[in-house]
Amino acid sequence: MSSPEQWTHPQPGDSSAATAAKPTPEQVIAGLRATSEGGADLVQLLTPEGERVDSPEFDRYVTDIDGARLRSLFRDMTLVRRFDREANALQRQGQLGIWVPLLGQEAAQIGAGRALRPMDMAFPSYREHGVAWCRNVSPQDLLGIFRCSDHSGWDPVAARFHPYTIVIGNQVLNAAGYAMGQRFDGHVGDDDGEATICFFGDGATSQGDVHEGFVWAAVYDAPLVFFCQNNQWAISEPTERQSRLPLYQRAQGYGFPGIRVDGNDVLACLAVTRWALDECRTGNGPMLIEAFTYRMDAHTTTDDPTRYRLSDELEAWKLKDPIERVRAYLSRNGLADNDFFEEIAAEADNFAAEIRDFCVNMPDPPPDRIFSEVYAEPSPVLEAQRAEYLSYLDGFVGAGER
Amino acid sequence: MTATTDTREITYAEAVREALGQAMESDDRVFLFGEDVGTYGGAFGVTGDLVHRFGEDRVRDTPISELGIVGAAVGAALAGMRPIVEIQFSDFTAQAMDQIVNQAAKIHFMLGGAAEVPMVLRAPGGSGTGAAAQHSQSLEAWFAHIPGLKVVMPATVADAKGLLLAAIDDPNPVVVLEHKLLYKQSGPAPQEATRTPLGKAAVRRTGTDLTIVATGVMVSRALEAAEQLAAEGITATVVDPRTLKPLDEQTIVDTVTATGRALLVQEAPRSGGFMSEVSAMLCDSPAFGYLRAPVRRLCGLDVPIPYAPQLERAAVPQVPDIVAEATKLVREW
Repeated sequence: MSSPEQWTHPQPGDSSAATAAKPTPEQVIAGLRATSEGGADLVQLLTPEGERVDSPEFDRYVTDIDGARLRSLFRDMTLVRRFDREANALQRQGQLGIWVPLLGQEAAQIGAGRALRPMDMAFPSYREHGVAWCRNVSPQDLLGIFRCSDHSGWDPVAARFHPYTIVIGNQVLNAAGYAMGQRFDGHVGDDDGEATICFFGDGATSQGDVHEGFVWAAVYDAPLVFFCQNNQWAISEPTERQSRLPLYQRAQGYGFPGIRVDGNDVLACLAVTRWALDECRTGNGPMLIEAFTYRMDAHTTTDDPTRYRLSDELEAWKLKDPIERVRAYLSRNGLADNDFFEEIAAEADNFAAEIRDFCVNMPDPPPDRIFSEVYAEPSPVLEAQRAEYLSYLDGFVGAGER
Repeated sequence: MTATTDTREITYAEAVREALGQAMESDDRVFLFGEDVGTYGGAFGVTGDLVHRFGEDRVRDTPISELGIVGAAVGAALAGMRPIVEIQFSDFTAQAMDQIVNQAAKIHFMLGGAAEVPMVLRAPGGSGTGAAAQHSQSLEAWFAHIPGLKVVMPATVADAKGLLLAAIDDPNPVVVLEHKLLYKQSGPAPQEATRTPLGKAAVRRTGTDLTIVATGVMVSRALEAAEQLAAEGITATVVDPRTLKPLDEQTIVDTVTATGRALLVQEAPRSGGFMSEVSAMLCDSPAFGYLRAPVRRLCGLDVPIPYAPQLERAAVPQVPDIVAEATKLVREW
């Protein structure tokens, strides 16, 4: 760690993984195209066709992923996708106020989520249902938010999973602060150290919050993995509207490593995130990972992607589906048979039924919930308003009988 | 504003779009930018097809960066353009506050008048769409508190067009707070580019028992309440200030002087709200001597807007609340 050149060109294994972190003159002239192609720098361990490719740098981070563990990752992604599709349907049927689909981003989220150790901390945006799953935040707790029952339904300290952050980019600053705290408290420096991971999207990278988070994490050597899921679209705006440079290359300017991983490759996401977290927990943070992926559905259920993108694009990305490549690999190598896939499909069906049942039976919040938890301690003004409101509501009891 | 104007029914969102289009047709300096305002046509569909009519140079999608959006508008305005920016939800003006408060509002003053900042910031505010605490606020008091800014809250379709056109003409930075619930409402609006002057309130209805002053979506609720009150024998004057800054104090003072009672209705929470300013203004004014009752404020509760729809409705004044409060004010005083 003696020169900026080394800081910005990480060496996870014996050789550098990001030495190509500069656009060619042609790319610069073409400008924006550089952001919209996976490119030669993409770390990939499993091709879209389900073929395992060797990676001298990153193979070592997934040596423990045998058939059983890969089946487990397949199960994670399948159940999370099924949850996502069920929630989307529930919204369409009026059972949820809104839904934020993760379709297509399962590998990025499960790969990153399964790379975390119990004491690591995660800061999500609002689309990280797969990471929530890995943090043992139940899908039922997520549904409470989207059914308008409440704002957030889990203990962020116990779950090591911050509340969903709705305003774009805000959580990056919170994560920077948390990671600085991990360092100040002496939880960083060896293999047992802690790290933080912060999720955000390509659109968020234009926010001042993200820039400031990068600066703070860098100058305080915070053990923070910035995990950017570049899903190509910020509502209607393509990544070209946010950057002319591949997003992972921004890290260089802040003085820490940036790397681009195939976000639809769960094995590569797991390996790269494990590496980055290890670097952080041993004191070499922060790190930026750009997971190159695709939002296969709408921004939210209020969005209509047909207004701004061609279906050809979606069809092209369907060929890179994060789940299908794992299915192909498992089948081809005799690591899973039809019984396994049928078992998982049945489990997903049962899971979806449970989700639906839970969702439609969720109780409404009590009417005076509105006055609770505005301040940390009871507020005399609000308690007076609560009493007045409850007595107003009492006035309707039996009113129909008179 | 006369017989030459053909009026027809359009929606509030269409009225805003029509004003934007007419302003761009008549003045090359006018251009729009913001998040998703181009191909997508705006998160609430307000900019619609403008990008196809005027091209991507004049209807620009920007990076997801509110501070950058307003900062660019300040720069463009200083350079002689007439920028109009859309902040997707008024809540996100919080991300841009430094440029709004410390730059846009103060540059003319600090440069001794050597430069003007003729920009318009449009942003939808208000609750009622199930958008929860960070996408539903009514923040007009923030802006009204800042010298150098003008603030308008169009409550009707005609004013959505007329106030915006006047704001575009104005040589100062003007914050136009539209309301999400109004976008799909229809109403009459002139086809021509008729301006609604800034700083002039509208008396929407005349009565003798009390004056209801209401802003934003509360104007139509106040009018509906006034209709119900009339059936009970209580007649109300309803005043829509339209421009919060500069405020047409005279119209409010005159109507309250005439009725002797004032009910001030806003969606925003009461503490530090704009209607507190109106209340204080009335008590400082000659209307004070004519008051037959205390000046009453009916406001949103002092809580963040809840997500659950039934709680969201309970958090802000509804028509029955206005009827009940007005009845109490007239019957008890």
